[in-house]
Amino acid sequence: MSRALVLHLGLIAVLFAAAFLLPAYHHGNLARIMVLAVYAMGYNILFGYAGLLSLGHAMFFAAGMYGMGLTVRYWDWPMILALPFGTLAAAALALLVAVLALRTAGVAFMIVTLMFSQAGFLVILYFNPITRGDEGFVIPQAARRLAGLDLSDPMNRYLAALVLFSVVLLACHRLVLSRLGRVLVAIRENEERARLLGYDVWAHKLGAVVLSGSVAGAAGAAYGALFGSVGASFAEVPFSILPLLYVLAGGAGTVIGPFVGTAFMFYLRDLAGTVTDAHMLVAGAALIALTLFARRGLMGLVRARWAGWLP
Amino acid sequence: MTKSATSKVGRRAVLAGLGAAAAMPGLTRYVQAQSSEPIRIGFQVHRTGIGAAYGRWYDRTSKAAVKVINAAGGINGRPIELVTEDDGTDPKRGAEVVEKFATAHRADVVFGTLFSHVVIGSAPRAGELKLPYFVVSEGHHVASGMLNRYTLQPGITDVKSQVQAMAPFVADNLGKKVAMIFPDFAFGHDHRDFFSAAIAKQGGEVVAKIAIPPTESSFTKYFARIPRDTEVLYHVMVGPAVLTFVKEMGEFFGASRPEIFGFLDSLEAVDLATPGLEFLDGTYFWEGNPRYAQADQSAHDKFFREAVGVDANGASVSDAKDVSTYSHMFGCWETLHVIKAGMEAAGYQGPADRAKLIEAIEAMGPMAESRAHPQGAKRFNGKTHQTFGHQFISQVEGGRLVLRHRTSIEDTLYPDEVDYTTRPL
Amino acid sequence: MEFGPHLILALLEGLVQASVLMLTALGLSLVFGVMRVVNVAHGEFFMLGAVLAHVVAGWFGAHPALGFIAALLLAPPLVALAALAFDRTVLHRLGHDPERTIVATIGLLYVIQQLTLMTFGPEARPVTAPFNHRIAIPWIETTAAGLSFYFPWGLSTTSYKLFVVVAAFAASAGVWLMMARGRVGLVLRATQLDRETAQAFAIPVHQVYGFVFALGAGLAALGAVLVVPIRQAHYLMGGDPLLLSFIVVIIGGLGSLRGTVWAALLIGMSDGIVSVFFSPTLAKILATLLVALVLVYRPGGLFGAKPA
Repeated sequence: MSRALVLHLGLIAVLFAAAFLLPAYHHGNLARIMVLAVYAMGYNILFGYAGLLSLGHAMFFAAGMYGMGLTVRYWDWPMILALPFGTLAAAALALLVAVLALRTAGVAFMIVTLMFSQAGFLVILYFNPITRGDEGFVIPQAARRLAGLDLSDPMNRYLAALVLFSVVLLACHRLVLSRLGRVLVAIRENEERARLLGYDVWAHKLGAVVLSGSVAGAAGAAYGALFGSVGASFAEVPFSILPLLYVLAGGAGTVIGPFVGTAFMFYLRDLAGTVTDAHMLVAGAALIALTLFARRGLMGLVRARWAGWLP
Repeated sequence: MTKSATSKVGRRAVLAGLGAAAAMPGLTRYVQAQSSEPIRIGFQVHRTGIGAAYGRWYDRTSKAAVKVINAAGGINGRPIELVTEDDGTDPKRGAEVVEKFATAHRADVVFGTLFSHVVIGSAPRAGELKLPYFVVSEGHHVASGMLNRYTLQPGITDVKSQVQAMAPFVADNLGKKVAMIFPDFAFGHDHRDFFSAAIAKQGGEVVAKIAIPPTESSFTKYFARIPRDTEVLYHVMVGPAVLTFVKEMGEFFGASRPEIFGFLDSLEAVDLATPGLEFLDGTYFWEGNPRYAQADQSAHDKFFREAVGVDANGASVSDAKDVSTYSHMFGCWETLHVIKAGMEAAGYQGPADRAKLIEAIEAMGPMAESRAHPQGAKRFNGKTHQTFGHQFISQVEGGRLVLRHRTSIEDTLYPDEVDYTTRPL
Repeated sequence: MEFGPHLILALLEGLVQASVLMLTALGLSLVFGVMRVVNVAHGEFFMLGAVLAHVVAGWFGAHPALGFIAALLLAPPLVALAALAFDRTVLHRLGHDPERTIVATIGLLYVIQQLTLMTFGPEARPVTAPFNHRIAIPWIETTAAGLSFYFPWGLSTTSYKLFVVVAAFAASAGVWLMMARGRVGLVLRATQLDRETAQAFAIPVHQVYGFVFALGAGLAALGAVLVVPIRQAHYLMGGDPLLLSFIVVIIGGLGSLRGTVWAALLIGMSDGIVSVFFSPTLAKILATLLVALVLVYRPGGLFGAKPA
């Protein structure tokens, strides 16, 4: 077993143990952090490994959330169907966006994804009679059951989040070591060379966008199901910037970085809010300090100083 | 490396715990007798984000109400301790804050949320945690049946009541052909739907429905959609661009305006003496509570104003430019008094009595105009968890709002859409 | 309103929108073009400009024109100084690395917003225009008696709005002259073309970067001072200008000032025109998708020399 696999399995084990040890408050926080970390891991596939900076991932998260939420709201679908459907909806959207957006690169790619995402947000508002626009709607507690388990129960919620988190973490671990993952890194480092070596760059990027969008969508669907509400604020621009921030803070291009970054940002906000009203000031200063003193994010720092083997 | 990652999480958890404990003097004193312990009320406030202008006044009003209640002996002899958390006017953070109140702050109840999307994001968690959650939002979400047994709105009427109560006055005094301008989100759509239905009952009609995208910051191009034969323009707008909206409306019409009827939401926290608003003279506004002290001001309104620190023009006594959100903030004051009355009726001792508290408030019914209810009498509907009360229609006259009409409570009633009391506690 | 007057009104409004956007986007375009970094806090410099305009105008409360002129002279340089300070203390140390600059400027965005909220407050606050006359615009209609002029309901603009358009174009022309003719422009263009070579020719690249960053922020602030008598200063007003300028810069083609000006006009005006034909939110959706598709099929922007 490689050191990396030990690390990742170890993290899962620790999180599992924490389910039974943490006080209620941190227990709830960690469940949230795990789902948001899945979102960030999805983002990291595209940004950290394929080197494509998207400013529109909120649309995939929202596609998953609304794909799940609307089928439950209008057709009473059970979660066992609604959750995969949300993920599929995000995958389909990601495919469509990828086909168009991958004609561009660099900053143009940022803008195109940003614009598509903004259009998606406005579509949610436009169909207000169905979506209830910005207000969103509640997923009734009775509908939030999976395999006979009540997802609104704190322990069930935590474990469901942990299962999703573990699956995605290990999948990312596999991906990075797989041929696809290595080709993506090759494209990130030097697209021309990858092309000359005979790789179909476009197809690999397409795969990365769809995979990344699907994972973000799964996070969105899970978030709605676990925490019980669906809303358009999850489709807004700031919510697209969030995973970028999580990934950059934790360390882009590391498997564990998105989780570390998400937890770091979450508790930074939370603790700053307890100490002072000016929590944005604290968060802003921390981000600036991060760029000055941990240039590749927290795990990037760890990799550079102590653990060059970190995937 | 596994070990290092572990200790990272552990250390953070410990730090968080310390931070939380430091901010919670109540927890360390928890060993004391229950009877002298403060009642901890979690206050979910919009300190940052688009709701900040409202949040600042919700904060001032709530602090004033707590001071008044505590000075009069608190709740069952126990003082209220307000525990404040900012939700950033964000539904995601709102839900997190509700959890924090329940598990970290050990609040007895939570109250104070204004923006509807934050309410809808937060209420499911409050319901699951069986934490009484009192919103001051004026949204129709509570009475529509979307929320849960633990979410109530006893301190402010909802948009459906407000809007339908306006229709008779508009049709009788201003005109029957109405053009509506509203923000293109759920709150605006509620205005559109409820008012269209209500004005039709009065024999009027809505000749244009102009929905403004919420991302918009310039409005003149939309005023062009107002039909020529419009008799009354009905406007409601929220957010930081409201002043621009109203000013551009004035520039658009010039000297030849139709009758204008607006919801004061379009001008909450905005000084009516702002240059560019002169054209509003003679136009009408819905008010939740008259901003300017009227000639027949009640003793209760006088007391409320003084306690919160608001002058006769609805501005802060320390800064005449700092205009309050007078049409909404009384809801915080009244809600805190309802919580007090409910806890005393239920003989509330601690979190174990939360269900009893809900039942006590559901049984409340009518509330008389008093210091606890300075805006006027209320009628609380225990089944729909929504309160009903008087509405005000004022006209701008010399840069002041002068009360012209006060609706009855009956004008605001509508058939129940839900019976929360049938749901389990 | 009839179609003709409605369209004219939408065009007039679009023009005001476009001219302010042009200034703000020129600022971002310079930063983007010369330094190759995305300044996420650009919108916050815009907001700071508006907020400072309110504060400065307040010092000269006696006369609105005096207050406005003072704001026009003081607010942009103050914002530029703040930007310069940030470049010196932070961005310079990051070596202007693109990714880290994004994070650092997001951090700056939070800091500026919070500081403004704490000092200026959450309310929208107005600045009085130095002059403001409503100008009704006549329109032609065919009546039984033949063609005749009339003044349609609402078809109007204000003298101040026209002033904003003129001032914005004048300022943009100034920027263009500086870039195209002056020695400063030569240095900037050299740095933009090739940082290493410029360095070899003894151009102090990092000082140039500081200057450009400050100039970009100053232009955003100038746009804000111009617009604040129409739209009020508010601590969250920076979001829109950031997004729109960002779009304009890319559509215009990276580093192309001419392209930025055209793109600003295009985006500013199209928003108004599309709103004549479709319901407002649908119009926004269509305009947004249109911009995205332009980029999809012209990834280098409409006026860029080659794909980015």
